[in-house]
Amino acid sequence: MSVYINKDTKVLVQGITGSTALFHTKQMLEYGTKIVAGVTPGKGGTEVEGVPVFNTVQDAVEATGANVSVIYVPAPFAADAILEATEAELDMAICITEHIPVLDMVKVKRYMEGKKTRLVGPNCPGVITPDECKIGIMPGYIHKKGHVGVVSRSGTLTYEATHQLSEEGIGQSTAVGIGGDPVNGTNFIDVLKEFNEDEDTYAVVMIGEIGGTAEEEAAQWVKENMTKPVVGFIGGQTAPEGKRMGHAGAIISGGKGTAADKIKAMNAAGIEVADTPSVIGETLIKVIKEKGLYDACKTH
Amino acid sequence: MNIHEYQGKQVLKQYGVSVPEGHVAFSPEEAVKAAKELGSDVVVVKAQIHAGGRGKAGGVKLAKNLDEVREYAKELLGKVLVTHQTGPEGKEVKRLYIEAGSNIEKEYYLGLVLDRETSLVNLMGSEEGGMDIEEVAANTPERIFYEAIDPVVGLTGFQARRMAFNMNIPAKLVNKAAKLMLGLYQAYVEKDAAIVEINPLVVTGDGQVVALDAKFNFDANALYRHQDIMEMRDYDEEDAKEIEASKYDLSYISLDGNIGCMVNGAGLAMATMDTINYYGGSPANFLDVGGGATAEKVTEAFKIILSDKNVKGIFVNIFGGIMKCDIIAEGVIQAAKEVSLEVPLVVRLEGTNVEIGKKLLNESGLNIVAAGTMADGAKQIVELVG
Repeated sequence: MSVYINKDTKVLVQGITGSTALFHTKQMLEYGTKIVAGVTPGKGGTEVEGVPVFNTVQDAVEATGANVSVIYVPAPFAADAILEATEAELDMAICITEHIPVLDMVKVKRYMEGKKTRLVGPNCPGVITPDECKIGIMPGYIHKKGHVGVVSRSGTLTYEATHQLSEEGIGQSTAVGIGGDPVNGTNFIDVLKEFNEDEDTYAVVMIGEIGGTAEEEAAQWVKENMTKPVVGFIGGQTAPEGKRMGHAGAIISGGKGTAADKIKAMNAAGIEVADTPSVIGETLIKVIKEKGLYDACKTH
Repeated sequence: MNIHEYQGKQVLKQYGVSVPEGHVAFSPEEAVKAAKELGSDVVVVKAQIHAGGRGKAGGVKLAKNLDEVREYAKELLGKVLVTHQTGPEGKEVKRLYIEAGSNIEKEYYLGLVLDRETSLVNLMGSEEGGMDIEEVAANTPERIFYEAIDPVVGLTGFQARRMAFNMNIPAKLVNKAAKLMLGLYQAYVEKDAAIVEINPLVVTGDGQVVALDAKFNFDANALYRHQDIMEMRDYDEEDAKEIEASKYDLSYISLDGNIGCMVNGAGLAMATMDTINYYGGSPANFLDVGGGATAEKVTEAFKIILSDKNVKGIFVNIFGGIMKCDIIAEGVIQAAKEVSLEVPLVVRLEGTNVEIGKKLLNESGLNIVAAGTMADGAKQIVELVG
């Protein structure tokens, strides 16, 4: 078991003929991901890496039965690509593209209300269920199949945490990058709910960063609903107010969105927060040992 | 990206928002000429810097005649204003805005901002104008009103009127105020603003509703479709290193410490700063080289880090995903050669093509300290910098 994606997921790559998309299509195929179609308007009828290319998402879905899309389309056209995936009623659209104008995303988010498609991202590393399906840009080799769920606003910081877990023999059920933008699709609570219900997930690592109040809301949800241990980390503990730290969403403004507030809310919800990113793995191991879950989480 | 008040008012004018007449001036002579053209009894001489709180810092002067205009212009041009938003170093005034005086009856606050919780743009309004709105929000939150805007229909007439009534704008001026709000929203959406604040919005003695100030911040990701806004960028208001970085699509923020950082990914870059602090060091910058960096970009990033004279050592922390470790290694080697690196350099590589990257660094003959983990790297650079 896992959340969102597994070995049966049929993946469609939007913008497949771009250089980044091509590189990662190869990587995903090598990992064993079932990529059944690509879409690039005007390139329909061609093939890349043995994957048939279509002009529209609708054509691709009709011909191949693809159910999840991954979007590498450049920022000016990415919002439109999400709308197209939504209209084709895919289960999920995972948008890797960064730098999408925020007001484009406000419209996209409103359009997607009540629709079937779940959006992950934008500006995210993607979703991976180790040994089954890798969708996005994360390096495959740092992951290991197992029972810890990972959810994060940051890409490279997720790699950092996952790598630490794998090195210690603690595998992951699924790792979900929700992205660093102020307006995104899937949020912490959505993923935590899935992990809470997933039989194969025994504990969760949640990685947040400064800006917004998503971590505080997630902490409240954990306090009220979560039956599994959660450990966390917040990036940007030493970031000054008013400076946007790379991610459009990572800014402390008007005294809101500070790391201290988030850590306080997480601690109050029983979430142990690692002091430094280097000890996220250690912190999780300590907690699962206390809960008697270590042996079950250890990959033999 | 921020723009000046006078530029913000030019934008507002295009959308039918009433603003006082005014002209920009770069010298006392231009200030006097501008005041003459206005033909107003009283003019306001306003320092133009990219920071709020100018009034309290003495950056806004009321002049009753042309001599006073000249006097205030001389005083303000070249002066360093320190406000609660400039930081202790302040900002030098290089431009003035000469504006016709307004007969103010009452001041209000109006703003548009994205609410991240709902992913909707919110109109904010308050009767408490002219004050720091964050203070109002902290002390009397019930005095701020909000209207959440559905992007499908935009700000509606009834919402704008409701806001005007909530703000206690005189009943006979409610329609004028509502029209101004609709124009403001139009400007916000069409120009891809991130924040617009009118503080104060005023009602005048002759029954007008006027934007007396205009503070705009634009979404950097949308500037590609707004050439007119891009042309308003004032490089004097920005950090030279940050400007240089933006040319190469690098995300760089100057900080006060002495350890230069080069990292891929915003989250990891923040976490690297945190880790350096944890071990008792102090980062000189935030720098995310991004996902699609080339060796050339990495070289430029290095030069920018080293152009900060406070930098006593560099920590490169890379976890390759899109970014391949061999590309980073090539860039580091090229840069170290070009700039004849004299400060200690600690490099931690992990991720895609890590073995090739490490090999390149080992064979480069450069004095590079290799680190196994982020914590190890942070500890080493803090020790080396001393």
